Amino acid sequence: MTTKPQRQLTRAQRTTVVYGVLCFVLILVVLQLWLLTATMNAYLDDDDAVVWPALGASAGCLLLNLGLMRSLLRR
Amino acid sequence: MPDDPQTRFEQDRAIDPRIDSPEREGLTGTTRGNIYEPATDPEDVTVAPDHRPMTAQPRWRRDFAIDWPEDDYVARRDFAKFLVLISGAFVAGQAWIAANSLIRERRAPPGRKRIASLAALPLGSATMFAYPGDHDPCLLIRTRDGKLLAYSQKCTHLSCAVVPEIDRGILRCPCHEGIFELATGRNLAGPPPRPLPAVELEVVGDEIFAAGVKERTR
Repeated sequence: MTTKPQRQLTRAQRTTVVYGVLCFVLILVVLQLWLLTATMNAYLDDDDAVVWPALGASAGCLLLNLGLMRSLLRR
Repeated sequence: MPDDPQTRFEQDRAIDPRIDSPEREGLTGTTRGNIYEPATDPEDVTVAPDHRPMTAQPRWRRDFAIDWPEDDYVARRDFAKFLVLISGAFVAGQAWIAANSLIRERRAPPGRKRIASLAALPLGSATMFAYPGDHDPCLLIRTRDGKLLAYSQKCTHLSCAVVPEIDRGILRCPCHEGIFELATGRNLAGPPPRPLPAVELEVVGDEIFAAGVKERTR
């Protein structure tokens, strides 16, 4: 069984991939910022219903970000 | 056996040796042969910021040459790390809100507290009381039409004491000219970002009791 050779990307190609990943991470961070402000607003209004779902969603974004960063550091 | 069917079958199925040649691994099309080799991208060649050749560069730059394009590339990766750090900080903030929410849920309700009697509070007047703690100043207001209202006295901007102006129908914060509506406690003007917390009242006979505090954002 032969392994498929890994294609070597040029630096320009790698940079494009890095930009793509960066954009995605940035969108997720902005989403987390919105979640934090919306949750704080609800909490100050005595509404605790959104607190735990928002924490879960934010933690999910963090996991996704960590995965993207890992793929970026491997590249 | 030149006409052995098994041998003929294996010859037909065998990989063309040209495909596995060093320059054409796995390729049958017209792709360039060195596609799996490290590319010679113009960016791969380090050029000093002044674009002069390395031999014309000062000694320190020759000794500590920096790969400028690679430096940019690493900076982007560091930016990604920084973004992920911010992402972690946001999750920590969410966890802090969740922990406070749990503490608030488990905290015993403040309980009922007598704050004044109707007889001692004429129409169009106000009095101060502390609720739920001794350091939580509140205002009890009796409007000209006999309605009872109670709010926290701490302005939601910077916790200055608000002053009731019953005839104008407002509560005014003198520190930064914050204005709240007397009838609802909502922030009308100035820097306060939220309405005043409302104190729930119960009237039993002639006595007025505070029975809870309602935090609001609108």
